[in-house]
Amino acid sequence: MASGWRGRDVISILDFTRGELEELFLEADKVKMALRRGGLQRRPLEGKLVALAFFEPSTRTRMSFEAAAKRLGAGTIGFTGPEGTSVEKGENLADTIRMLDAYADLIVIRHRYEGSALYAAEIAEAPVVNGGDGRQHHPTQAMIDLYTVREAHGRVEGLDYAVVGDLRYGRAAASFMLALTIFRPRRLYLVYPPQLAPRREVVSALERAGVRFERAELEEVIGEVDVLYVTRIQRERFPDPEEYERVRGSYRVTASMLEGARDSLVVLHPLPRVDEIDHSVDSTRHAWYFRQARNGVPVRMALLKLILGG
Amino acid sequence: MGGDEGLVVRKIRHGTVIDHIPAGRALRVLRLLGATLGGGRRIAIVINAESRKLGRKDIVKIEGLEPRVEDLDRIALVAPTATVNIVRDYRVVVKRKVEPPAEVRGILRCANPTCITRKPGEPVTPRFRLVSRDPLEYQCVYCGSILGEREIVEQLGGPAPL
Ligand SMILES: [Zn+2]
Repeated sequence: MASGWRGRDVISILDFTRGELEELFLEADKVKMALRRGGLQRRPLEGKLVALAFFEPSTRTRMSFEAAAKRLGAGTIGFTGPEGTSVEKGENLADTIRMLDAYADLIVIRHRYEGSALYAAEIAEAPVVNGGDGRQHHPTQAMIDLYTVREAHGRVEGLDYAVVGDLRYGRAAASFMLALTIFRPRRLYLVYPPQLAPRREVVSALERAGVRFERAELEEVIGEVDVLYVTRIQRERFPDPEEYERVRGSYRVTASMLEGARDSLVVLHPLPRVDEIDHSVDSTRHAWYFRQARNGVPVRMALLKLILGG
Repeated sequence: MGGDEGLVVRKIRHGTVIDHIPAGRALRVLRLLGATLGGGRRIAIVINAESRKLGRKDIVKIEGLEPRVEDLDRIALVAPTATVNIVRDYRVVVKRKVEPPAEVRGILRCANPTCITRKPGEPVTPRFRLVSRDPLEYQCVYCGSILGEREIVEQLGGPAPL
């Protein structure tokens, strides 16, 4: 098993089959169980080095990868933000990747240009994991999201989903929608303001995969879904601040809105949130976003373990 | 072929006739073939000829040239309806519809300004994968953006349609 994972790049969630993702989830189950018992017996990645190349500032994703690598016994090197690095002195991405490739056994990259992770993977011999390329992909987040859905519902396919918020520039939302082309949902509702409609390529991917999806309003879908995936709407997307204030209100989930929800409803959010999920939701049984965040390390551990072996 | 354009342009002895080009795109086709044309060739261009299938069409005749299939298929980017006739001794020996290539390297530029292929200083060649023939759509391998036929034709510019 898992031989297909060895040395593999992780650029887009679409690079993986359902069977491969299920292998990853089984591995994550094992890791999670071991962590609960107080840690892994062995350090399977002892002596390995993981490079964390975060050209774009990041706290959560970088720390999650760092924790995952260290808990497996691997060391980490890297940087966050271009300040103080050779990038700031005008080095191009290709040369930075070549340098990291010479030092490390695996490279995690986050960069604001779409396609940067694929480009890095073409240059590096070492496997490259995409930690977010511009607005395009965030495959490890999608893996964590799917894993959390599986944990909550016992399955990923055949459920009713709604994805809410910035479906245009939000890479977590885009990757989650793409992931649903691999695990067929029963229904998919897309809830977004017109300025933040899903990108053409995401819509065509859904169409080509035969996913049944439609645009809907938040209030009308809350009672109709098993998974509500909420993302942040960023102020910067709106030139007019008043427009932003108006739009924001209609994509905000509160506890009282969840009164008519299915018992099974789980609310997910890639975090950090601002106020798109009201704190009143935190204490409801629907709030799964903290558990989702806690799944970050075990899923990334499973991923690193499968790719680097051990 | 045939009909009245025979009155306009004499038949060629050896070479290539590209027929059924959407009206106004003949110069774009020539531009795409540019590198393979070489200098000094005799080329005839018919713009806005009558066509039963297309209403109006353009025709390009190039004497003494038998292009490679890869070069011909590139024509499909701006003229998906085009047919290519290879002529030897006044006789059509090969007649074939152009096929949009499954992958295009270089030639096209990604429309997304934050695509890695647009980042200054990176040695990266844009690559596009064919995702739909009708309507013609290519997807950037790097950033996923889709280029439609209108954008492709615009990019491969040349003079505006006559
Ligand atoms: Zn691109």
